[in-house]
Amino acid sequence: MNGTVADFLHASVRTATPLALAAYGELVVERAGIINLGVEGAIIAGAFGALVGASAGGVGAGFAVAVLAGCATAAIIAVVVLWLRADAVIAGTAVTMLALGLTGTLYRAIFGAQGASLSVPTISPMTVPGLSRIPLAGRALFEQPVMTYALYALAALLWWWMSHTHAGLALRATGERPAAAMAAGISPVRVRAWALLFGGAMGGLAGGVLVLAQVGTFSEGMSAGRGFIAIAVVVLGRWSAVGVAGAAMLFGTASQLQYVFQSMGWPVPHQLFLALPYVLTLLVLAGTQRRVAAPASLGVPLTDDAR
Amino acid sequence: MRPDARWVILASTGLAIVVAVSAILAIGGFDTSRALAALWNGAFGSSYAVLSATLVRATPLLFVGLAVGVAFRSGVLNIGAEGQLLAGAAAAVAVGLAVGGWPRLVALPLTIGAGACAGAAWAGVAAWLKIRLGVLEVISTLMLNFVASYMVSWAVRGPMQEPTRVYPQTVELAAAVRLPALLEGHRVHAGFVLAVVLAVAAWWFFAHTAAGFRASAVGASVPAARSAGGIDPARTTAMVFLVSGALAGLGGASEVTGVTFALYEGISPGYGYSAIAVALLARLHPLAIIVSALLFGALEAGTAAMQRDANVPSVLAVVVEAMIVLGVLVFNRAHARGRTR
Repeated sequence: MNGTVADFLHASVRTATPLALAAYGELVVERAGIINLGVEGAIIAGAFGALVGASAGGVGAGFAVAVLAGCATAAIIAVVVLWLRADAVIAGTAVTMLALGLTGTLYRAIFGAQGASLSVPTISPMTVPGLSRIPLAGRALFEQPVMTYALYALAALLWWWMSHTHAGLALRATGERPAAAMAAGISPVRVRAWALLFGGAMGGLAGGVLVLAQVGTFSEGMSAGRGFIAIAVVVLGRWSAVGVAGAAMLFGTASQLQYVFQSMGWPVPHQLFLALPYVLTLLVLAGTQRRVAAPASLGVPLTDDAR
Repeated sequence: MRPDARWVILASTGLAIVVAVSAILAIGGFDTSRALAALWNGAFGSSYAVLSATLVRATPLLFVGLAVGVAFRSGVLNIGAEGQLLAGAAAAVAVGLAVGGWPRLVALPLTIGAGACAGAAWAGVAAWLKIRLGVLEVISTLMLNFVASYMVSWAVRGPMQEPTRVYPQTVELAAAVRLPALLEGHRVHAGFVLAVVLAVAAWWFFAHTAAGFRASAVGASVPAARSAGGIDPARTTAMVFLVSGALAGLGGASEVTGVTFALYEGISPGYGYSAIAVALLARLHPLAIIVSALLFGALEAGTAAMQRDANVPSVLAVVVEAMIVLGVLVFNRAHARGRTR
């Protein structure tokens, strides 16, 4: 029984890893005031980039191309939204469509014949001596690919950065009162641009983890809505670095629960677990006071006095 | 910005699409002339192509394009047309199966009406969250899309599955609750006419009614609508959400009563997202949305034929749609700047 629970927790952390990576990117973007619906696009671009990079130059190149591909999707959004002042929601949706369509078409165009048999090298889990022996949660937390450990460091770093540094303050100020930030000598356009690029890089990395640390190959549309779950994770985590970690873990656990119920033979439809993250997010939104936790200028385009 | 800059943007968007499509065809080593011939023939090449492919695919796009157009014009960023369409399709099938034995004159309107109501109800959740709790509709409608999609997936494997329990779909609707074909031997159905009528009605609504004026005013500026127009923005926003959801729900009802006759997963290949491209290309003008929906219907019919005949992945259509949206965003912005400066 202990083994089963440990396996369940291990799989939950594994599922949560790409979600959390993408969600930390989206957290920074939303704290800057933009709802980026291009995360899904960044993830699928990253996954495809990982495939291309890894087939050419191994795992390291795979991750590098994944991050670059994610950044490229974000760069389109940054140019269209910040420079040309178009609507961020529509631009993000378009970029997600573009990335899903382009990777699907290019995958079939380039790798069409090899298709399903195509596989790339993957990184194997790295066991942390000692810590991984902790009962139940040890393996789950400390017998994972190195990207999961990077995630722990990043979560702590991001929390500290957002609350204790000048740049973190500039980020939050841009998301709350861009005009005031402007008056304080911060360029909201520049802050939002860097935030978008960071978000794209993290989305790309999430895609890279999917291909290079989990699945070992690419398939069309393999991002499978993770970018949208990442947006839900940020909302559920109430726009805080700590909350996002918890929410990502909750989502990872929820999606693993379906297998537990299946193996136990309990007749609960698996769609319930798949829909659960979204329903939970809606309930949390309905249960909280008027957007208290959300950045005040979330989804509000920059006006002329903040440029 | 000089007025001719708009034409530069239009031309460069067109050029970018041509270059991207040619590059993809070249990279994949596809037979370009054969692919392009298949694209044209699949969309316009024969009366069958027009009446059984292009118009059939344009129909749901017109419904959801109107849904998005009405919402965006009124400042409601409803990106949940996909979920509202699915809710409409599911409700129409549920009611259609129950009333299939009734006289057509009662059963068919009930079925279609159920789709409209379900779509409106699904959008109503987001409207309630926005007006009562200030929840951004972008997030709520997005979440509701996924909830709707999993609910359909569950319904066709659970309570609504056909009795042999082999296929993940419902039984087929009875003839009484199917939309009639417009022409003998062709797939285009009465849903297309309904969609066109609704487009004209939407145009009339915005151009000639007080409620339409209020909706546009709230879309242009909430504070101005409130102070200068004496308009209650919450009331107007709620109405827009419901109308938008009903239009998308009708799109779902029209699909199941006119084309598929049953509910199954993947009944919408992302119509709700393509709708954004449809509405934006028409610059949110209801009559132009008719033309835009026909164009995208032709694109989808053509790319489907391209996949059949020249093995070119039909997901290429999504690339073109996305590029058009980005092009229109740039174009609109340049246009707005040209007017204000």
